[in-house]
This record gives sequence, structure tokens and C-alpha cells, in this order.
Amino acid sequence: MKKNNIVKGILYAVLVLLVIISFIPFYMMIVNATRTNSEILQQGFTLIPGTALMQNYDTLIQYMNLWRGFANSLFVAVSVTLLSSYFSALTAFGFAVYKFKGKNFLFILMLVLMMVPGQLGLIGFFDLVRVMGLLDTYIPLIIPPIAAPFVVFFLRQYLMTVMHPSLLEAARIDGAGEIKIFHKIGLPIMMPAVATMAIFTFIGSWNNYILPLVVLFSPEKYTLPVMMGALRGSQVAENLGSMYLGIAISVVPIMVAFLFLSKYIISSISAGAVKE
Amino acid sequence: MKKLDNYGYMFIVPFFIVFITFTIYPILLTFYYSFTNYNGMGDPEFIGLANYSRLLTDSYFYSAFYNTMYIWGINFFFQLSIALLLAILFSDIRLKMRGLNFFRAVFYLPNLITIASVALLFGILLGWHHGTINHLLMDLGIISSPINWLNDPTTARWSVGLIGAWMWFGHTFIILMAGISGISKDYFEAALIDGANRWQTLVKITLPLLKPIMLYVLITSLIGGLQIFDLPMLITDGTGAPQGSLNTMVLYLYNQAFRYDNYGYAAAVAYGLFIITVIFSVITFKSMYRSNVKEG
Repeated sequence: MKKNNIVKGILYAVLVLLVIISFIPFYMMIVNATRTNSEILQQGFTLIPGTALMQNYDTLIQYMNLWRGFANSLFVAVSVTLLSSYFSALTAFGFAVYKFKGKNFLFILMLVLMMVPGQLGLIGFFDLVRVMGLLDTYIPLIIPPIAAPFVVFFLRQYLMTVMHPSLLEAARIDGAGEIKIFHKIGLPIMMPAVATMAIFTFIGSWNNYILPLVVLFSPEKYTLPVMMGALRGSQVAENLGSMYLGIAISVVPIMVAFLFLSKYIISSISAGAVKE
Repeated sequence: MKKLDNYGYMFIVPFFIVFITFTIYPILLTFYYSFTNYNGMGDPEFIGLANYSRLLTDSYFYSAFYNTMYIWGINFFFQLSIALLLAILFSDIRLKMRGLNFFRAVFYLPNLITIASVALLFGILLGWHHGTINHLLMDLGIISSPINWLNDPTTARWSVGLIGAWMWFGHTFIILMAGISGISKDYFEAALIDGANRWQTLVKITLPLLKPIMLYVLITSLIGGLQIFDLPMLITDGTGAPQGSLNTMVLYLYNQAFRYDNYGYAAAVAYGLFIITVIFSVITFKSMYRSNVKEG
């Protein structure tokens, strides 16, 4: 028993080391965001925060309004999540409940294209958006996620296991239309699975970099990741403290949100992987 | 009943309108452009297979492929090793390690952060004379003079690969744990009663039963890894420096299209990348399947 305790002690020490490795880049970011440029350059590594937070903030905000990027990202990610969740549920319901001609073909087509990496159509997508006159708008970021094959697939599998046809029959006898049945019965039943997928959709949209980079040109429309890229080439880059603060502004709110949502996010990932 | 079933179309029509417009059509359009010299202006001119024959002899594309695999290899090796060790540790019924929820959450955290922010953060943490990592390593006496991590091809690729592993090991750990919790506890208890030691339990029970989920991890990581873009793009300002060692396939595609306006050639690069992805996925599936059959 004693030997076992020593082994466990060592294992916990290794785990704590991994925790430090996972977290220390963020801690350094926060510490350095409170130090002046010259402190970072001359005094080097320290774990103790400085006092230059406001000064760094003034420098940063002078060149780049990160909050604007934050608001833009939030607007895009929320729109994408709502649209993608609703239309995926609609499509999954259609595939799970009705038997129509060509259903299998369409479902398989969707599954095959689900495997195709996103970059394959990038050139064509850009050209299409250009011809439609939609460059430098949020439409090419918000509308295409309506068609999210993986979400449809996941929701349809979920529906097949949890929904009983008799539920729908009962509603039909009561005179409910099909659309109403979807809203009153289908959607509520799917809600746990929809929430799972919504978390992924939101994170995916929030972190998306290449699409907004290609599509957006006006700095005031930049989403946060594109703005982070612009930060690197801006004058802020000359002040390391402000740079760290800029990165911190993009990171800390996500960390705070994660503090409250970690349980759901982790169980979503587990569910997403096992459902495969 | 027949009439009711036609409602099915109504439910899936919005999806397919958007899907055809923004997914299928762009893929076909890209395919068409890959046979033209389209440069973003004027009419594309059909040039047959010229882009593809150029691709086959393009040393930049080959080096981009090499860099991509190099970076992904480092990333995947460390990501999977750490995640697997953690999963084995936490699933050991004799050890009864505590704090799974806490550790899972902390290890997952880096995965949630926008890659753009991660790239920027490590870009300055790894700085040469004033980077925090060099300061720390020098304070600890591990190195005597600062290393210019992102300016040497080897350390640059290792840096990006390890940043990837740092971002993804927690995610893979969660997935492996989900796979292990899907294995019935009875197996482990039976093994314990039969007097199997840790190594036997691991090799005879845990690993074989985890194989499908490891295949899932391998394929998703490979497909994602072949598309690595954000980190090298933001760390090198899109140049793929030092000496092109961080020039990955998607970065090459991006530069050909949006930096040099070679849309036609970039489209061929996209299809080259696609073919490579398909080949790798098929090989992975086949080899995992074959080794399954052998054992069975």
C-alpha cells in the first residue's frame, strides 16, 4: 500500500506539471499584459504582474478597437449557431420522419461531401461570392453554415433512436400540421443533441480564420481572429505589453466562459466522438 | 400517407439550396478553374492539364507537403502519446486517480482558444532576444544564449508541431476517455480477478478495444493536419519562412490564390491536396482494418 502511495504521488506530480504546461503560456500572457515594454525587454521572465495595464490598454486601443472585433465575432458566431441549429434540425427531421423518392441518394451525397476538406472549394467559393457582390459582407460567413452535413447526420441519428412514430401519429390525429409537429414535437425532442452541436458550431465559427480572412476587407468588419492577424502587422507590435494585452482580450473571455461551460463542452466532445 | 411523405422535400429543401449553392457549386467551379489560367480578372482560358503537370514538378508543392507531414507527425506523436498515457492512467481501476474532471478541463483549455491568438501568443513568447521562453530557459540555466526558435527550419517546425500537440492532447484525451468509458467495467474486473497485471490488461483489453476510436482520432487529426494553415500563416506573416520550412500546403494554396492571383493554379493545388487526403484516409482505413483481421 505504501509503495502505491508513492507511485500515486509521483503521478500526481506529473499531472500537475502538465497542468502548468497547459496554463503557463496564458499566465505569462496575463503577467506580461500588465508590464511595460521596457520591463519585458530588460527584466525578462517573472511571475509577478506589473502595473502598466491601463497604459498598455491606452496604447492598444489607440491603434485597434479589439472590442469591435469581439462584437463582430459574436454577431457572426451567434447567427451561424442559430441558423445552423434550426435548419439542421429541420433537415434531420425530414430525413428521419418521411419516406420520399431520392432520400437515400441525397443522404449519401451529403455524407460523402461531409468527408471533403473545406479548402477544396475555397477558390470557387471566393469567386462565387465575388460575382454575387457579397465580398466584404457577413453573408458568406453566415448563410453557408445553414448546410452543415455533420450536424444533420448527428441529429438524424439521434432522432432515429429517441423518436417514436406514434408520437407523430397522435399529433396528426389531433389535427396538427407537419410544420407544427416539427416545432412542437421534433425540435424539443432533439434539443439535447442540438445543444451539443450548437457548442461545436459556435466554437468553430468563433475560431474560423481563413474564411473571414479571404472574404472581409474593411478593418471595421474584421472578426477577432482576423483582427489578431492585423494586430501583428500594426504599430502595436512595437509595444510587447500592449501586444500581450491584445491577445489577452481575445483569450480571457473565452476562458471565463469555459469556466462555466466546461462540463457541457467536455460531455459534448465525448458524445460527438462516441456517436461516430 | 404518400401525400404526407412529400413534406419530406419541404423539410430538406432549404438545406439543399444552400448546400448546392455554397458547397457543391464552388467545388465544381474550383475543378473547372483547375484547368484554366484564371487570374481573377477577365475570362478564364482553358489550358487543359497544364496546371496539374506543373503541380507534379513543383518543388514548392513537394516541400509544402513535406513540411505539412513533418509538422503533423510531431504534433500527432506527442498529442497521442500524452493522451494515451493519461487515458490509461485514469482508467486504471487499481490506482483510482482523482480529479479527472479538473484535469480534463485544464488540458482541454488550449484547444478552445482561437488559433490566431495562440499563434500570436507563441510568436512573441518564442521571440529571439526578448522572448519569454528564452528568458525562462536562460534563468533556469538550460540554455546559455537565446535561441532564435522561429528562424531555423528545424526548431521552427518543431515549435509549430509542439504547439499543435499542446493544443490537441487534451481533446484527444477526452475522446479516448469517452472510448474507455464505453468499455464495460466487467472486462477490467474480470482481468483483475484472473490476476492479469497492468501490462496484460493494457495490451489485451484496453488497446484492442480502443482501436476504433484511435482510428477516428488518427483520421480526423490527419485530415485536420493536412489542412494546417492558421499557425504557420500567422507566425510567418504568410511567408512560410524560415527558408520555406513552415510553408504548408494550404498556406501555399492561399498564397497562390490570394497573394499572387494564380487562381487556376491554386485550384489545382486544392485538388492535389484533396487527392492526397483521400489516399491517406484510404491507407489508414485499410491498414487498421487489415491488422484487425489478422488478430481476429
